[in-house]
Amino acid sequence: MIRIRFFARLREALDCDLLDITVPSPLPVAALRRHLIHEYPHWAAHLDGRVLSAVNQELANGQTPVRDGDEVAFFPPVTGG
Amino acid sequence: MISVQQDDFDVGDQYRRLCEQAGEAGAVVFFVGRVRGGDGTVRTLELEHYPGMCERQLQGFIDEARRRWDCRSVRVVHRVGRLAAGEQIVFLAVATRHRAEAFQAAHFLIDQLKTRAPFWKKEHGPDGARWLDAGADDVRAAGRWYHDAVAL
Repeated sequence: MIRIRFFARLREALDCDLLDITVPSPLPVAALRRHLIHEYPHWAAHLDGRVLSAVNQELANGQTPVRDGDEVAFFPPVTGG
Repeated sequence: MISVQQDDFDVGDQYRRLCEQAGEAGAVVFFVGRVRGGDGTVRTLELEHYPGMCERQLQGFIDEARRRWDCRSVRVVHRVGRLAAGEQIVFLAVATRHRAEAFQAAHFLIDQLKTRAPFWKKEHGPDGARWLDAGADDVRAAGRWYHDAVAL
């Protein structure tokens, strides 16, 4: 099982903050994103290239591998400080 | 020391605690970020964060600052939740032996925090609520600390 979390504008747009999925792993973040868009086609417009990702709470990129048990997050560019 | 919290902080209290751990450091630089007012309109900010990752990222920035500069003590306090114009958002302080290092380390830390720590601001004004966009200038400012910078 892979736990996926969404934050801020993205969480509101998808109306989803947490999703647990089971997919064959390891797979790269980019493939996980494609899987989500395949499962939820109306998410495609929101899970675009500007969305950032993290794997196990470390910033990730499209090539970062995701394994069973990992926590993956997708979120918009950050605006703290 | 890192704290992500709803409660306000007292700058004098934070400074004293920094100094207690700074030994005989000769220089302290601190930065306070506050909620900007909005041209006479009522404006509040709602700060969302990714619990756990925020603390990890901030610790990573502090570790990197310690590798680059002789930091004797570092404190970062970041508030979350609903904040009104004029309220304090963030306190960031660095104690080093000499002032140049303190200025550089503090500047590095706030640049990294603004572009890589998972906090998001939602603005509530008279016309409703909207998520704020990340500033391209902030991303450039953070990237200049790294020769191998990649656009986030």
